[in-house]
Amino acid sequence: MIQTLAFYLFAALVIASAVMVIMARNPVHSVLWLILAFFNAAGLMVLVGAEFIAALMVIVYVGAVAVLFLFVVMMLDIDFAELRAGFIKNFPLGIAIALVLLAELVLGIGAYQAGTLELGVPSGAAAPLLGDSNTASIGAILYRDYIFLFEGAGIILLVAMIGAIVLTHRKRPAGSRSQQDIGKQNRRNPNEATVMKQPQVGEGVEL
Amino acid sequence: MSYATSLYLTGAEIGLSLAGLVFLLVAAWGGPRSARMLTSLTVTALIVAAIFSAQLFEQATGEVAGRAFGDLYRAGAFGSFAKILIYLAAAAVLVVTPSFFEQRGAYRGEYPVLMLFNAVGMGMMVSATDLMTLYIGLEMSSIASYVLASFLRNDDRSAEAGLKYFVLGALASGIILYGVSLVYGFTGTTNYEGVRAAFAADFATGALFGVVFVLAGLAFKVSAVPFHMWTPDVYEGAPTPVTAFFASAPKVAAMGMLVRMAMDPFAGEVDSWRQIVIFAALASIVVGALGAIGQQNLKRLLAYSSINNVGFILIGLAAATPSGISGVMTYLAIYAAMVVGSFTALLMLRDPEGNNLETFADISGLSTRRPALAWSLLALMFSLAGIPPLFGFWGKFVVFQAAVQADLVALAAIGIAASVIGAFYYIKFIKVMFFDEPVREVEATSPMSHWVVLAICVAIISPLGYLLTIPLGEWTAQAAASFVAAM
Repeated sequence: MIQTLAFYLFAALVIASAVMVIMARNPVHSVLWLILAFFNAAGLMVLVGAEFIAALMVIVYVGAVAVLFLFVVMMLDIDFAELRAGFIKNFPLGIAIALVLLAELVLGIGAYQAGTLELGVPSGAAAPLLGDSNTASIGAILYRDYIFLFEGAGIILLVAMIGAIVLTHRKRPAGSRSQQDIGKQNRRNPNEATVMKQPQVGEGVEL
Repeated sequence: MSYATSLYLTGAEIGLSLAGLVFLLVAAWGGPRSARMLTSLTVTALIVAAIFSAQLFEQATGEVAGRAFGDLYRAGAFGSFAKILIYLAAAAVLVVTPSFFEQRGAYRGEYPVLMLFNAVGMGMMVSATDLMTLYIGLEMSSIASYVLASFLRNDDRSAEAGLKYFVLGALASGIILYGVSLVYGFTGTTNYEGVRAAFAADFATGALFGVVFVLAGLAFKVSAVPFHMWTPDVYEGAPTPVTAFFASAPKVAAMGMLVRMAMDPFAGEVDSWRQIVIFAALASIVVGALGAIGQQNLKRLLAYSSINNVGFILIGLAAATPSGISGVMTYLAIYAAMVVGSFTALLMLRDPEGNNLETFADISGLSTRRPALAWSLLALMFSLAGIPPLFGFWGKFVVFQAAVQADLVALAAIGIAASVIGAFYYIKFIKVMFFDEPVREVEATSPMSHWVVLAICVAIISPLGYLLTIPLGEWTAQAAASFVAAM
């Protein structure tokens, strides 16, 4: 019973917040709705017993989205004073969202305690693996059966990193103009920096 | 299977990866000064890896013995033979690399490190017996190649080549991955043996789509027509030593991967893929030969020549018999020597200011200025054209023989006829070098290392190479037999 309730709650909120992601006028709000959508999707994963994927959803997506959020804030010219202006007016709405999240937490934990939804009986090659907790199963597959490929994928990432650095990193030449040498600037004195000239009328100056 | 055995069988990859990691640290701390030393160390590491692979090759009794990591990887005779070629070709190219980049002040320790990881990826490609291993090896090699192509980052052409290669290579990888996902979806396994068994039970139309997508993506990687368009641009734009590398080792790796793909998981569906391979072979021969005729740039011309040669190699694959596979491997071995030799000769062509000479106009009358170099180029070009006294002929002979034995007489006949067109532009080399008036100043000396590599390559493709026919035939037959053992 509690699982069904939790499912409809999470599912409805995923859809609603996904709609809000594209409907919100403010990009920062969009990102916040996106985070809500990910949290609810993680709740759905908990319901079917895939707690590892639920954790990944929160850690990876929400973590990545936090970075995305930073980029949005950095790249766009957003007036934060204006954003804060409606604080009192929107306060009840904020409280309502906080309550919804609290209810979700309670429901989610309750549903997890009540046991997972039975989606079907695992069969074939998947059967023994689903016996363990799925974090342990994924770990076993990744680090025992496919360790060779896992390490290979690691080397691919290393190669990509080397490539990015090789192609973009350049050492500035020592005498380059773009670098300010404060000590050198302070050491300047008027005798070196300026020259007195007495040009003849009609002739140029040679510097 | 214990981990110790698996680690031993994948020893070449693991050793090269560890060497790469250590060299990377040296490059990071040593800066550009360490680049030369790292190059020598990398060449040594590659040669050691080749010797190790040769040892595995001798021990291999059929592919079944060499399974590693639960049949993700197989260190059999075929994989080991291909790896020896790959490592030696990469080492030879690396020997002639530093002076080119040093002249432009752009040589860095990361170059040999990227080459090492590239070699690791290529080794995984030819030894893969699982679609996932194949993809990871392919990506490792490709990503390193994209960076190598744009290594001269201040040169617009190099950057353009890198970008083009990256965009088209990523597209091809995507196509392969889509094909792999279809094959996996219809068979339920990514293991080659599993795929073959599942295909034997039921070969659905969707699976056929998967096979076609995988072959199309692999055809891109070997630059077979109609997926060849990137080749001339990338070969022309990339720094010449990188082009030499692209034309040799990765080509051997991609062809090895294609052969294993066709002869292991898709072995039961020869009729399905043979027409694709035959079309690609004939189109490559014709387009490669006709496209090369109008070229003025020598690197572009060699790019078309490599497309042309891939066509001949594919004829051996189209035969789909052990003798065909043995022909493919023989051709690849000779081809690698010819390509490394030709590009080394190109690297030796410099004017006194150190600029590389890359067009026909630049090399006119070369025989009066650099007779030894001109004669070497002549031998290499005749060998690429397959003119009999030279060893290049033997490669063409074995693949055509295999095609005829497999009742593909028409294919062989068209291929032989088209190879005559190719002779035209190779002979143009001779005309320009020996009969035209000299125009440009050519530097009179070349580094000793270049001469050594060139001499080895020319010795292999010279009539002396025929001494190799018997051992080469035995080795390649052993490599091809590993598929029969696995079937």
